[in-house]
Amino acid sequence: ARSNTALGKALLSLLSRGGLDEEAWEDVEDTLLASDLGVEATTELVESLRSKVKVEGATDEATVRGWLREDLLALVDPSMDRSIASSRVAGRPAVVLVVGVNGTGKTTTVGKLARVLVAQDKDVVLGAADTFRAAAADQLETWGGRVGVPTIRSDRDGADPASVAFDAVKAGAEMEADVVLIDTAGRLHNKVGLMDELGKVKRVIEKQSPIDEVLLVLDATTGQNGLRQAEVFGEAVDVTGIVLTKMDGTAKGGIVVSVQRKLGVPVKLVGLGEGPDDLAPFDAEAFVDALID
Amino acid sequence: MFASLSDRLTATFKNLRHKGRLTESDINATIRDIRLALLDADVALPVVKQFTSAIRERALGAEVSQALNPAQQVVKIVNEELVAILGGQTRSLQLAKNPPTVIMLAGLQGSGKTTLAGKLGKWLKDQGHTPLLVAADLQRPNAVTQLEVVGERAGVPVYAPERGNMGGHDAVLESGEGTRSFGDPVAVSRQGIEQARARQHDVVIVDTAGRLAVDANLMQQAADIRAAISPDEVLFVIDAMIGQAAVETAQAFQEGVDFTGVVLSKLDGDARGGAALSVASITGRPIMFSSIGESVKDFEVFHPDRMASRILDMGDVLTLIEQA
Ligand SMILES: Nc1nc2c(ncn2[C@@H]2O[C@H](COP(=O)(O)OP(=O)(O)OP(=O)(O)O)[C@@H](O)[C@H]2O)c(=O)[nH]1
Ligand SMILES: Nc1nc2c(ncn2[C@@H]2O[C@H](COP(=O)(O)OP(=O)(O)OP(=O)(O)O)[C@@H](O)[C@H]2O)c(=O)[nH]1
Ligand SMILES: [Mg+2]
Ligand SMILES: [Mg+2]
Repeated sequence: ARSNTALGKALLSLLSRGGLDEEAWEDVEDTLLASDLGVEATTELVESLRSKVKVEGATDEATVRGWLREDLLALVDPSMDRSIASSRVAGRPAVVLVVGVNGTGKTTTVGKLARVLVAQDKDVVLGAADTFRAAAADQLETWGGRVGVPTIRSDRDGADPASVAFDAVKAGAEMEADVVLIDTAGRLHNKVGLMDELGKVKRVIEKQSPIDEVLLVLDATTGQNGLRQAEVFGEAVDVTGIVLTKMDGTAKGGIVVSVQRKLGVPVKLVGLGEGPDDLAPFDAEAFVDALID
Repeated sequence: MFASLSDRLTATFKNLRHKGRLTESDINATIRDIRLALLDADVALPVVKQFTSAIRERALGAEVSQALNPAQQVVKIVNEELVAILGGQTRSLQLAKNPPTVIMLAGLQGSGKTTLAGKLGKWLKDQGHTPLLVAADLQRPNAVTQLEVVGERAGVPVYAPERGNMGGHDAVLESGEGTRSFGDPVAVSRQGIEQARARQHDVVIVDTAGRLAVDANLMQQAADIRAAISPDEVLFVIDAMIGQAAVETAQAFQEGVDFTGVVLSKLDGDARGGAALSVASITGRPIMFSSIGESVKDFEVFHPDRMASRILDMGDVLTLIEQA
């Protein structure tokens, strides 16, 4: 059944011609590009596969597919620590900051993550540090209500996001919560003023408490721009993990392969829908299998 | 990695000084560069293939030009083809003969629909229209409140008979997975049109929930809304940062709601926006507007020529060609 896939077909025709068919190699390349892996990562993977086929002289599709899978898995690195900092540290709550460009699913992820943590019997506090987008705090508060945790917010549109974040961390400490999850406004990474504002949110929180986790939320449909997003957010706030949302659609989210490599931090969670239980730990093998299926 | 197509082509043709008819090998090398540049710009693969094969054909038959070297000749052809696809059918909003004009918005989650409702409302209001926004996303937490705030910022009234998904405790599905509407978005849409007629609004803009291409139920809901309100325009809102998923998504929305025009959002980012080419060439629907920021005024009519040079980052090559 395997060889019914585009990749399977490409590999078969490639092998039947002794690995010398340029067009078939382009087809292999195409199956990777179609997952948003990008030209650079794809070229590397195909080069490596080419030299293996040449040196080791493979004859069957399963072997070659296995090599590709191995290479991809090595890139995604199943050995990375993908746990989320969510327990009290040195007598204070863990602080998690959630960042990303507009509309990727930050607020939803905060809500779902709170749900997961509540199910683990943790006391969670949400901080609505998106004071810009229309009704962002209401949206987060609804999520808080949905999963049964308090939301610290400002009543005022356009309040200083850093001071709301500060208040949330402070409230979390006073309530002796296990973890404070802070939602921030979506911002495009090429907007210097907004990135500076995010840096300020981080610094102001740190006056109160260290930040234990910074999650960058990427939308699985994002193309090559995802790498730029990661670079710039990484510089601004020391990202410690990636959340890949909207994986319930057809998009494969291949860009995170390059993102992980660039930032050296793992994808930790995947979003699988709009409901409170639609969040799962990232599974490297399943992710790779979906890429080459 | 080369920064731009210009750099790539310059590298490819470094040793080529001759002018005249393009040889097949000139073209092959250039086509490969263009393929990679298009893929880097997130143009979807099937569209890249179609596009490069059209370029190859035109380039092989290209006129001998004394003024341009082979690379420049190909770039000129590429630019012309890009502008032709992107701007082939540029047009403005279709207004109804008997008001109200009904505009429905549709797209993936988070693509920028609700924000666009405010922008479009303000833009129409500034032209002397009397738009009404209708809150038919009853699913995303506080989508209705968001539209109300957006309407206030735009100075445009909002019709919101249902509060949608808010308040929390009752909002969890039994399974905890997926989501649902609180109230009937089809009925709200229909009532919105009636309201506009009664209050003499000449344009109605219906905001709908985000939905995935593969979500058959939600796609049917969108189709039902369309059937209930017979819109004059259905605008498909797509994020300029989208990658290879653009084709499937556009096709699903074309089948699901048969949109009449496209709005490209978040163009204030630095994504190359290859999706513009993918969607235009796959669906044949015109790209009508660009959304270029978060506030209600960040909105403009789409410019195909600017988009063409953005996708391929061909700025300096084009300048050279113009000077030749
Ligand atoms: N299908 C699906 N939809 C999702 C997922 N995560 C979030 N969404 C939806 O995507 C849209 C945007 O989500 P938000 O959580 O508001 O995104 P955000 O990053 O907070 O947006 P801004 O604050 O405006 O930047 C909403 O309609 C969510 O319901 C997911 O994993 N799958
Ligand atoms: N920078 C920028 N942000 C935008 C643009 N259009 C929308 N946004 C932002 O993108 C996010 C999502 O926009 P929405 O209008 O809520 O998107 P939507 O399609 O209604 O989302 P759902 O209803 O959840 O499916 C918000 O943070 C908006 O402020 C744009 O052109 N540029
Ligand atoms: Mg948000
Ligand atoms: Mg919306």
